[in-house]
Amino acid sequence: MNKRILVVLPHPDDECFGLSGTLAKMIREGAEVTYACLTLGEMARTMGIPPFANRVTLPQVRKLELEASCRIIGIQDLRLLGFHDKTIEFEERELLDGSIGAILQELKPDIVFTFYPGYSVHPDHDATGAAVVRVIGGLPEKDRPVVYCMAFARDHQLAIGMPDTQFDVGDYLKQKIGSIQAHRSQFQVPGLDDKKPSREVRERFGTERFWTYRFE
Amino acid sequence: MQLINALEVQRRIDQLKDQDIYLHLEMTTGAYASHNDSSKHPAATFISNASIQYSQGSISGVGPFRVGLKMERGWVYSEGLTHYEETEPERLIMAGHDSAGKLVVALQLSREPF
Repeated sequence: MNKRILVVLPHPDDECFGLSGTLAKMIREGAEVTYACLTLGEMARTMGIPPFANRVTLPQVRKLELEASCRIIGIQDLRLLGFHDKTIEFEERELLDGSIGAILQELKPDIVFTFYPGYSVHPDHDATGAAVVRVIGGLPEKDRPVVYCMAFARDHQLAIGMPDTQFDVGDYLKQKIGSIQAHRSQFQVPGLDDKKPSREVRERFGTERFWTYRFE
Repeated sequence: MQLINALEVQRRIDQLKDQDIYLHLEMTTGAYASHNDSSKHPAATFISNASIQYSQGSISGVGPFRVGLKMERGWVYSEGLTHYEETEPERLIMAGHDSAGKLVVALQLSREPF
């Protein structure tokens, strides 16, 4: 049976640098991916480089960018959960956990990707990861999907060690670069426009690393 | 967004005075400020769709600009504004962008919620 994958991240673009290659690879291998994106990243301070959006137009701009990124990666199902950027850690827990729990119950995924709570820099990242492991931790052990976490806080490896899972996504750089470039209001990464990815780009983007969350 | 035309902004501030309006006010150094540079202090604050009314308001300075709005029991103040949205005649959308183009401060006024 094909794998069912659920991605739970708070902002459009959270998928592009650390996860898009892995998703493209798994989709090529037959996986069905649902991406639950909690907010529209409407409080970002980058409005384009140079700016072409403003605080009022940004949510719609970023929604379209996210849809484009998902198309490029091949993600079959995008869910916009409608929470407000920067507020995940303050949101009513029942509402937050309930909306994540409902999707888990509906899809019964084999694998869930999210941020490692406490080691993912942005408060929305940490709060999203915390909600995901809280909800999954509440399931009977046999019903829990594998949870792969991204982490990038300063010195995170001192606390959680080295990533235990990695995927070579060298064959999926086209999708990954496409995903990064789809979020044009947020990033302008030099060297990605080249027809063939340079060795530097391959080294920087060719491997994606994750920590399997260990439930107590 | 265009560079602020102070006369035009003043006209719009006057149009919105003495009535119930919605305010969006924010300032941010970015969520990654201290991650990217540990000497930086990360700070951000915003209030969205606060209902206010002001009796007097003006834009001041030569750019970046300041705006002050006098309310019955207090003030709205914002410094560092550089841009406004010319194509939004009903609302006043203002922001201050730094030299890299990133938003640092925003002040928005509207008769309808944002």
